Amino acid sequence: MFHAIVFLPLLGSIIAGFFGHAIGKRGAQLITSSFLVISALLSMVAFYNIALGHGVVHVEVLPWIKSGDFELSWAFKVDTLTAVMLVVVTGVSSLVHIYSIGYMSHDPHVQRFMAYLSLFTFAMLMLVTADNFIQMFFGWEGVGLASYLLIGFWYKKPTACAAAIKAFVVNRVGDFGFALGIFAIFMVFGTLEFDAVFARVSEFEGQSFVFLGQEFDIITTICLLLFVGAMGKSAQLGLHTWLPDAMEGPTPVSALIHAATMVTAGVFMVARCSYLFEYSPLALDVVAIVGASTAFFAATIGLTQNDIKRVIAYSTCSQLGYMFFALGVSAYGAGVFHLFTHAFFKALLFLGAGSVIHAMSDEQDMRKMGGVWKMIPQTYVVMLIGTLALTGFPLLSGFFSKDMVIEAAYAAHTEVGQYAFWMGIVAAFFTAFYSWRLVFMTFHGAPRASASVMKHVHESPAVMTVPLFILALGAIFAGGVFAESFIGHHYADFWGSALFLRGDNVLEAAHHVPGWVKALPIVMGALGLLLAWLFYIRHPEIPGQIARSQAPLYNFLLNKWYVDELYDFLFVRPAKWVGYQLWQRGDLGIIDRYGPDGISATVVAAARKLRAVQTGYLYHYAFVMLIGVAGLATWFMVSGS
Amino acid sequence: MTEWPILSIITFLPAVGALFILLIRGEKEVADRNARHVALLTTVVTFLASLSLWFGFDKTTADFQFVEKASWLEGTINYHMGVDGISVLLVLLTTFLMPICILSSFDAVKNRVKEYMLAFLLLETLMIGVFCALDLVLFYLFFEGGLIPMFLIIGVWGGQRKIYAAFKLFLYTLLGSVLMLLAMLYMYYVAGTTDIPTLLSYRFDADVQTWLWLAFFASFAVKMPMWPVHTWLPDAHVEAPTAGSVILAGVLLKMGGYGFLRFSLPMFPVASVELAPMVFTLSCIAVVYTSLVALMQKDMKKLIAYSSVAHMGFVTLGIFAANTQGIEGAIMVMLAHGLVSGALFLCVGVIYDRMHTREIERYGGLVNRMPKYALFFLFFTMASVGLPGTANFVGEILVLAGIFKVSTWAAFFATTGIILGAAYMLWLYRRVVFGELTKEDLKSILDLDKREVWIFAPLVVLTLWMGIYPASFMDFMHISVDNLVQQHQAATAAVHVTAAR
Repeated sequence: MFHAIVFLPLLGSIIAGFFGHAIGKRGAQLITSSFLVISALLSMVAFYNIALGHGVVHVEVLPWIKSGDFELSWAFKVDTLTAVMLVVVTGVSSLVHIYSIGYMSHDPHVQRFMAYLSLFTFAMLMLVTADNFIQMFFGWEGVGLASYLLIGFWYKKPTACAAAIKAFVVNRVGDFGFALGIFAIFMVFGTLEFDAVFARVSEFEGQSFVFLGQEFDIITTICLLLFVGAMGKSAQLGLHTWLPDAMEGPTPVSALIHAATMVTAGVFMVARCSYLFEYSPLALDVVAIVGASTAFFAATIGLTQNDIKRVIAYSTCSQLGYMFFALGVSAYGAGVFHLFTHAFFKALLFLGAGSVIHAMSDEQDMRKMGGVWKMIPQTYVVMLIGTLALTGFPLLSGFFSKDMVIEAAYAAHTEVGQYAFWMGIVAAFFTAFYSWRLVFMTFHGAPRASASVMKHVHESPAVMTVPLFILALGAIFAGGVFAESFIGHHYADFWGSALFLRGDNVLEAAHHVPGWVKALPIVMGALGLLLAWLFYIRHPEIPGQIARSQAPLYNFLLNKWYVDELYDFLFVRPAKWVGYQLWQRGDLGIIDRYGPDGISATVVAAARKLRAVQTGYLYHYAFVMLIGVAGLATWFMVSGS
Repeated sequence: MTEWPILSIITFLPAVGALFILLIRGEKEVADRNARHVALLTTVVTFLASLSLWFGFDKTTADFQFVEKASWLEGTINYHMGVDGISVLLVLLTTFLMPICILSSFDAVKNRVKEYMLAFLLLETLMIGVFCALDLVLFYLFFEGGLIPMFLIIGVWGGQRKIYAAFKLFLYTLLGSVLMLLAMLYMYYVAGTTDIPTLLSYRFDADVQTWLWLAFFASFAVKMPMWPVHTWLPDAHVEAPTAGSVILAGVLLKMGGYGFLRFSLPMFPVASVELAPMVFTLSCIAVVYTSLVALMQKDMKKLIAYSSVAHMGFVTLGIFAANTQGIEGAIMVMLAHGLVSGALFLCVGVIYDRMHTREIERYGGLVNRMPKYALFFLFFTMASVGLPGTANFVGEILVLAGIFKVSTWAAFFATTGIILGAAYMLWLYRRVVFGELTKEDLKSILDLDKREVWIFAPLVVLTLWMGIYPASFMDFMHISVDNLVQQHQAATAAVHVTAAR
C-alpha cells in the first residue's frame, strides 16, 4: 500500500512527462489526477490504520548507499506524524491536480505541468516517509527541484526564471546547514537512521565536540544546523526571500507547494527530530525566537502588499512562524496541528485567489480589482471561509490550531515563550487586517478594473470550484474534528512514539491559561477586521493618507524591509565581483602570468612564427616526445641490466 | 576465470583498431566514413570485452585480479597488469565513454578524420593501460604517453587558440612528470623493484616519504587539476573538440585521483597524513575559488571546466580523508563526474555544432526550439549540482561525511560548494535554455536527432543507476578500499608508536 501511495505519483509523472504527446492533454490530466486520487484514498486508509489505530510501519524498499558504517536503505517509516503528512500532501495535491485541469486548460504545456506536479508530490512523499536523514534529504532536494521547475514553468518570463533560481539557491543555503547537520549526526552517532539516532540521543546530552575549531555542545550544534535547513525550506526570517518571488509560478503551484506542503517540510523535520531538539533547550529557544520573529515580520510586510498572491505568500511565511514557535516551546502537537489546518485554508485561499485571477483576465494587482463579489459568488464564499479560518474565527479550523499555538506559548512560562506569545498576538491582529484588506480590496468597493476586464468576469468551471468546496469543508471542520486527537485528550494515544517530550506536556498547561489569554486572539481578529473595514470600506481614503504621512515606514514595509536589496549588496554583488577578480587577477593575472605564460612566452612566440606550418610543427613536436619516451625506456634498460 | 589475457586484450584492442585505420585507403569521403565506422566498432567491441571485467570480477578479495605478468627488459621490469576494486571501474568508465566520444564526433569532425580516430584509439589504449599497469615504468609510459594523443587532439582539431592551450597543457604536465620520474627512479634505487604490488608493501623511510610524496603530488595535482595548477584545464577544454573535452574531463582528470589512490596514499602513508592539511586547504580553495570564477564565465566550456576543478576538489578531499566513506565517495565522484561533466561537454557540443559559438550570450530561449535538448541538459545540470538520486550525490555526500570526521573546517568550506555550484549551473542553464528565443540565428536551430539522443540516453541511465542503486558499483570497491584504509591506518599508527618511543 505504501509503495502505491508514494510511487503512483512518480508513475503518473513519468507517463505524463515522457508520453505526453501520445496521450494528449486530456490523457495526462486524467492519468496524473486519478493516480493522485488513488494515492490520496490510500493515504486516508493509512491514516486510519496508523494514526487512529496503533503502531509504526516500516517498509524496506531497496538498499541504497553502503560504505563502511554508512549504511542506508530506501525505506518508509510511517508513524502518526507521517500519516498526517500523507493525508495533507496527497489530499491537497489531488485537489490541486483536479483544479489545474481547469486553471491550466489554455496553457500549451499542460502535460509538462501535470508531470511536474506529480513529480513534486512524489518527492514530498519521499520526504515525509523517509526513515533516515539521507532519504529525507533526497525528498528535500527533490521538492526543491520540482519547485524550481514549477516556479520557472513560464520560462519565457525573465522574472519567473530569476525567481526559480533564487528559490533553489536560497534553499541551498539552508541545505548547507542541513547537510552539515547530517554529517555531524553521522560522525557522532555512526548512523543516519532515525530510530537508531533517536534511541541514543540521551547518551550525548551535555557532551561537546570540536566543530570549526571550537568546543560546542553536540546536540545543540546538530539541532541548530538542521534548523538552518528548516529555515530555508520553510522561508523563515533571513531565508524567506525566495517565497514571495516564488509567486511567479502558476497559482495551483503556489497553493500546493508554497502554502500547503513543501514549505511545511521544515516544520515536519523539526517535529520529526523532536527527540533531538528536546535535548537542547537552547536550540528550542532559537526555533521559538526565529518563528515568532518571522510571524511578526512577515505579517508587517503583508499589510502593504498589493499583489493578491504576495499577500497570501507573506501570510504563509507568517503562519509558518507560528508553527515554529509552537515547536520551540515544545508544543509539537500544536505546531503540526496548525500545519494540518493551515494546509486546508491556505490552499483554499490560494486556489480562491487563482479563481479570482482567472476571472479578472490574469490580473493580480488588488488595486485593479474590487466590486466583483456578486459576479463570482462561489469564489467569494470560499474566500470568506478561508479568511475566517485563517483569522481564527471561532469554531473554524484556524481557531483551534492557532489559538492553541498562542496559548501554548503563554503556558510555556518562559521569557522566550512570552516573546512568542506577544509576537503571536500582534501578528494575529496584522493577519486579520491584511486578510480582510485582501477580501475588501478584491471583492468589495467600486470596481477598479477596466470595463473590458469587468465584462469578462466569470465564475470558474466546476472542475475548479469543486476542489474549492472540498477544501472549504476542510477549512471549516478539520480543526474541530481533530482537535482532541492532535492537541487534546487523545494526544498520547494519537501521536504514539512519533513525537517526543521530555518535560510536562505544555499543551496540558495551555488548556488552563487565564481567560484573557484565550480571548485575546479572538479580540485581535475582530479588531483587525474592524480596522480593515474602516480603511477599505468606510473610509477608503485613509490608507493613502497614512501611506503619504508615514512614507518612510510605508516604503520600508512595501519594499519588504529592503532585505532583497541588502542581500544583493552583501552577497550577490560581492560574489560576482570576487569571482571576476579571482578569474582576471588570480588565474590570468598571477598564476598564468608568472606560471606557464612566463615560461612559455618564448615558445609561443616561436609558434607564432611557425603558424603557417603549425600542424606539421605539432607532429614534429609529438615526434620529439615519442623520442623522449623511447629514450626513457632505453635508460631503464641500460640501468636495469 | 578464463585463461585469456583479458586486460591486454582490452588495452590493445583499440591500438589494433588504430592499425586498421592506418591501412584505410581510398577517396576521402569513403575513407573518412570507413575510419569512423572502424573506430566505432573497435570501441564498442572493446567495451563489450571489458564487460567481462564487470561480470568476472571477484568482489570478495582485495588482491589484484586478471593478473598478467611477463618478463620484459631482462626481468628488471615486468609487463605486469591487473586490476583491483579501485581501478576496475575506471577501466569500465573509459571503455564506456569511448564509443560515445567517437559517435559524437561523427558529424563534428570533418578534416583529417582518419588521424583523428587514430589519435582517439591510441589514447584509449594508453588510458586503459594507466589503470591496469602494475609496474612503475609501464604506468609511467602509459601515463605520459596519453599526453601525446591529447596534445594532438587539442593542437590539431582544436579551436582558435589551440596552440596556446596545447602547450600550456604540455608545459604543466611536463613539469609535474619530471619530478614524478625522478621519484620513481629513486624508488627503484631504494626498493630495487618497479613492481607496484611489491612497492605497496614496502615501507619507505618517513623522511623520504615526504619528498617522494611531493614529487608524485606535483604530477597528480596537475592532472587532477588542483588549485593553483589548474589553469591549463579551462584553456584545454575550450580549445579541445567536444569529444576531446569529454575524454579530458571523463578520464584524463581521473588519472590524478587514481594516482593518489594507487601511489601516494598507500606507499607514502606517513607523508599523506602529514601533508593532508595542505591538500585540504588547496581543495577547499579550489571548491570556493573556482566556483566563484565559474560564476563569471562567458564561455560555456570554460564554466564547466572550472566546475570540474571544483568537483575534483571533492575527490582530493575524500582521498586524503583516508577513511572508507571519503575514499569510496571520492571514487564515486570520479565516476559520476566522468559521466556528468562528459555529458555536459556533449551538451555544449550539440549547440556548438549548430551555431559554432560557445558564448553564453549568443544563446537564450533554446527550450522553445529544442525541448528534448532542454530536458537532457537540465538532467545533467541537476546531476552536476549533486541532486540526490544522481550519481554525484552519492559521491559527494560520502566524501563530505568522510571529511567531516577528519576536519570540520574542510567539510564546512567544501559544503559551500553545494550553494555556489547551484548558482553557477542554474544561471548558465537559464541564460542558455530559458527565456524568449529572440536571437535571429537561433530561430531555425534543430532539436536533437536520433544519434544524439542515443549518445545521451546511456549516460542518463548510468547516472540514475549509480544514484539510486549504487551498490552495483560500490560493491566492487568495498574490499579493496577497506584494505587500503586498514593498511593506511596500520602504517600511520606504527609510526606514531615509534615516534612516541
